[in-house]
Parts: sequence; structure tokens; C-alpha cells
Amino acid sequence: MGFQKVFGRPRALKDAPFHYCPGCGHSIIHRLIAEVIDEMGLQEKAIGVPPAGCAVLAYYYFDIDMGEAPHGRGAALATGLKRVLPDRLVFTYQGDGDIAAIGTAETIHAANRGERITVIFVNNGVYGMTGGQMAPTTVLGQETTTSPGGRERIRDGFPLNLSEMLALTKGSAYIERTAVNNPKNIMKTKKAIEKAFRVQIEGLGFSLVEVLSPCPTNLKLRPVEAWRWVEENMMDVFPLGVIKDVQRD
Amino acid sequence: MSGNHAIGEAAVRAGCRFYFGYPITPQNEMTEYMARRLNEIEGGVFIQAESELAAINMVIGASMAGARVMTSSSSPGISLKQEGISFLCAMELPAVIVNMTRGGPGLGNIAPAQSDYFQATRGGGHGDYRTIVLAPSSVQELADLTMEAFNLADKYRIPTVILGDGMLGQMMEPVEFPDGEMQKPPPKDWTITGARGRPSRFIRSLLLDPAVEEEHNWKLARKYERIAAKEVRYEAYRLEDAKMVVVSFGTAARIAKGAIKRLREQGLKVGLLRPITLWPFPEIVLKDLAKRIGHFLVYEMNAGQMVEDVRLALEGRAEIFFYGRPGGVVITPLEMSRVITSKYYQKGLG
Repeated sequence: MGFQKVFGRPRALKDAPFHYCPGCGHSIIHRLIAEVIDEMGLQEKAIGVPPAGCAVLAYYYFDIDMGEAPHGRGAALATGLKRVLPDRLVFTYQGDGDIAAIGTAETIHAANRGERITVIFVNNGVYGMTGGQMAPTTVLGQETTTSPGGRERIRDGFPLNLSEMLALTKGSAYIERTAVNNPKNIMKTKKAIEKAFRVQIEGLGFSLVEVLSPCPTNLKLRPVEAWRWVEENMMDVFPLGVIKDVQRD
Repeated sequence: MSGNHAIGEAAVRAGCRFYFGYPITPQNEMTEYMARRLNEIEGGVFIQAESELAAINMVIGASMAGARVMTSSSSPGISLKQEGISFLCAMELPAVIVNMTRGGPGLGNIAPAQSDYFQATRGGGHGDYRTIVLAPSSVQELADLTMEAFNLADKYRIPTVILGDGMLGQMMEPVEFPDGEMQKPPPKDWTITGARGRPSRFIRSLLLDPAVEEEHNWKLARKYERIAAKEVRYEAYRLEDAKMVVVSFGTAARIAKGAIKRLREQGLKVGLLRPITLWPFPEIVLKDLAKRIGHFLVYEMNAGQMVEDVRLALEGRAEIFFYGRPGGVVITPLEMSRVITSKYYQKGLG
């Protein structure tokens, strides 16, 4: 009686244990990207751009070429890479602070130029690596180390819906918001990443997948509670679904 | 040809096919030239970025991919690029960065100045690093040193800065370019191009372990020592019998040279030392000169920056005077000759 291997590590991931906290969404999103790279046969063509933030060490995990960007500058750096190597798959991996605060200008203009790059935007509503400060996507009322008593609109302003803003640019081709809070949404996230890569390869323009992801450590919640928190507190402000698809619209 | 155009053409002839810029006076003609020129060439890419920050990060990406790449700006814009320059140094990525310096600080003005000497030679961003800094003083030299800058950047995997000023950029002079195509850049075995037929690579500057970061810093320091030992460039003019040396770079050196020519006709034994590499600085040359010459006059278009390097080099071995005109003021050779003459006779050299 023989055994058949039905589950293993994607080739695009190195044999290295993740450093991410228990219940963090990064490990799942890393795996999904690696699976898509494997399935699309892109391991030798993919170039990833990790951010400053929790995912800065992504090059320890992905078995593809990677080049680290200064905080927020992923889309500009990826533009330089892609313009030199137009037939490669170039993607950035960025957190909410990286992309929606310090890197807003770079991201909007890359989208508006229609750069053939893909952005994986991990939105967990908090600055994770620096210890839980308020992010541009922190929701109203959410307590962080720099929004004591909860984010308050007069004092702190509103959470920023960057993906909807990017959809307004003429150069963006595909933008979808997903989540990794349950198996169904995880599978949808994988499909969205695959679609975003295809849009890039077909040269249609800028593509982005925003993934709502839990940060149990900084939410000070158990993993399962953190998953629930994302569903109950983030999805009203950041509704899931396809925000823009030039092939469909 | 104007200085700004000469740099652009030299870059193209050096094999640069990628330019990322942002408008700022007095270097716009270079950005416009690259827009036009790179559009004519197959494989040429010009992007007008949304900011100097974006431009320097596009430079980082293109350099990671192995391209010869350039950006240019002027003082306030160069300040914005410093984040990226620090990363280029940390990740040992070659690039050419042109600063057509204007009056500062702040917005300052758009007149020629040399007020960014400290920023260029001390590594204007965060961290312990150096960049090679080339200071041309004519349009021909702008062209020659631009080509040289690409070679040095690739040879040492270091960003190389061309420090000009508004006057050099706008000035029209004849330029001769060498015949034929430049030699191709050396093969690069560190670029990220997709892991085809080789293990995957990454380029990063984050080194969390202090011991590893320390070793990286020493590795960079050893590279800077190699550059300092091999790449010093300077011009020596009428120094053979000089009793006084004027030390100046770039446009200031040109003005000083005009004054020295005039004073030599009057019998004053004055010469010029013009550092062409501001980093590495020609300190050994200065030390040697101080063995036989006791008086050095440093003239800069700032309030006194390179003069500190002259003091460090001479270590009290000679008397140093400083004449500075900051804020974008360009003096005439006549004014300079008056400054030299008064010091010359005041010190009893005549």
C-alpha cells in the first residue's frame, strides 16, 4: 500500500520556520503567495519587495529573488525593477502603515502610471513591528498605544480607505479586498492573488490585493478572538470584494 | 552644449538607459534632455517621478536589477534623496546622482553655490557611510566625470555623486565625447533578476544582529579605504615654485585660476590645488605641499566647509586663510585676485 503526499511546503518557500506571532495572518498570506507562484510556474521569474515592518524578513521565507525597500517606498522601488525587467513578475508586500501612511504618494502614483506591478497590502489596523501604534487603517474607537481611549475622529481623523482611492486612478486594473479570517476567505485571497498576478503578466496595469489580517499580539486578543475582531470591527469599514476589475467593468 | 545637457549625453554614452527625476531649478535642462534622449533610444526609460524620494527609490530598484541608472536634482531635492542614498550605500548598489547645487539652506535661491559640500562628503543621510564625490569645473569635465562616475560606481558598488552648481549646469562650452561605445559595465553576480538557473538571492540593509551589522560596517569601511588609496583626483596648477596655494573646487576653482593667471603675470608666486574628488579628499597631496609651502588660502562659495578638510589634512603644518561667499554670490577673478594679493603681501611673501 503506497502513500501519496497531499500537502507539503510550496517550493517558493524556504525550509525556515516563520517568526510571526501565533495567530498572525502573515504566515498564511506568505504561503498563499508561494502556492500561487508554484502553480503559475513563476519561481524563476518572480521578484518580491518586502517592506519595513513585520514582513521585512520575508526574504528568509520566500525562495525567490527579493529586494528590500525603505519604509513606504515599495511601489517606487518595484517600478525601477519592473522597468528594467519588464518580463518578470514584480510584487511588493506592504503593511498598512507602510502603504497607507508613509508610502501613500509612491503607491498612488505607481497605480496612476499603471505600473505593471502587484501590491499585496496586508491591513491589520495597527503598526505591528513597532509595538501597536495607531495605523492609517485603525478603526474609530480602536485602542492603540498612540490613540489612548480609542481612535477619535476629531483628534485622530478617520481610517483611510486606500484601495478605494487607488481604484479611482485610471492606471489601476484590478483591486480586490479579501481577508484571512476563515478558510473560505483564505481561498478567496489565494484566487485574488492569482488574478492580480495574471493582470500584471497580461500587462493590463496596476494590481493590488488588500488582505484584512489579524494581529493578536497588538490587539491583545487570543488568535480566535482576533479573527473574530477582524470580522466584527474591520469589515464594515473595509468591505470585502472586488473594488475594480477592468476586465469585468 | 550646456553643462546640464553634457551630463545627460555623457550618461547615455556611458550606457545609462534609466533615468528617474523630478523638476527643480537649476538642473531642469538635464531632466528634459534625458526625457527626450531616452525616448529616442530603444530600451531607454525616463520617468518623471512624483517626488525626489520616489525617484531615488526607482534608482534603487533599477540598480538592484543591474542597470546603469542616474538621477539628478539640486540642493533641496538632494536632501530628500538622502534616505535612498543611505540605502544604496548600505546595500552596495551603484548609481550616479547629480547635484547642481543652489543657494541654501531651505529653499534658498537658484544661484550657484557650494553649500552642499558637507552633505555630499559626509554622507548626508543616516548611518556610517561615504559616497564618491566628483567636482567638475568645466562642461568638458562634467561630461568626462559623468562617464567616469558610472565606472567608479560599478567598480566599487557605490553611489557616486557629481557635485556641480547652477553655473556649471547652465554654462555653454564645446564638448568632445570619446569615439565609439563605452565599455560595457562589468558582469554583476549580485543582482536580482529572477532566480533562473541559480539559487534565489536577496538584497537588504536590515542586519538585526549588532555583530553582523558591525562586520558589514567594517566591510564598507575597508572599501572606503581602498577607494581613498586609489581614486584621489586633483589638478595642480603653477605649484612648482608657489609661496601660496589657493585651494578651491568646481566653479570657485575656475574663478581662482583666472585670478592666479593674472597674478602670475604680475610676478606673484601663487598656485592652485583643485580637488576633483571631494571624497576621497587629496589630503596627502596637501600634506606634501605643506612641507615646502607655508600659506594656504581656501576659497569656497559657502561659509566654510572644505576648509575643515584642509585643516584636517594640514594638521597645523601651515597657515590657512579662508575666503567664502555663501548664498549664491559669484565673484569675479578681479575680486579674487585682490583677496589673494592682500594676503600675499600681508604675510610678507612678495
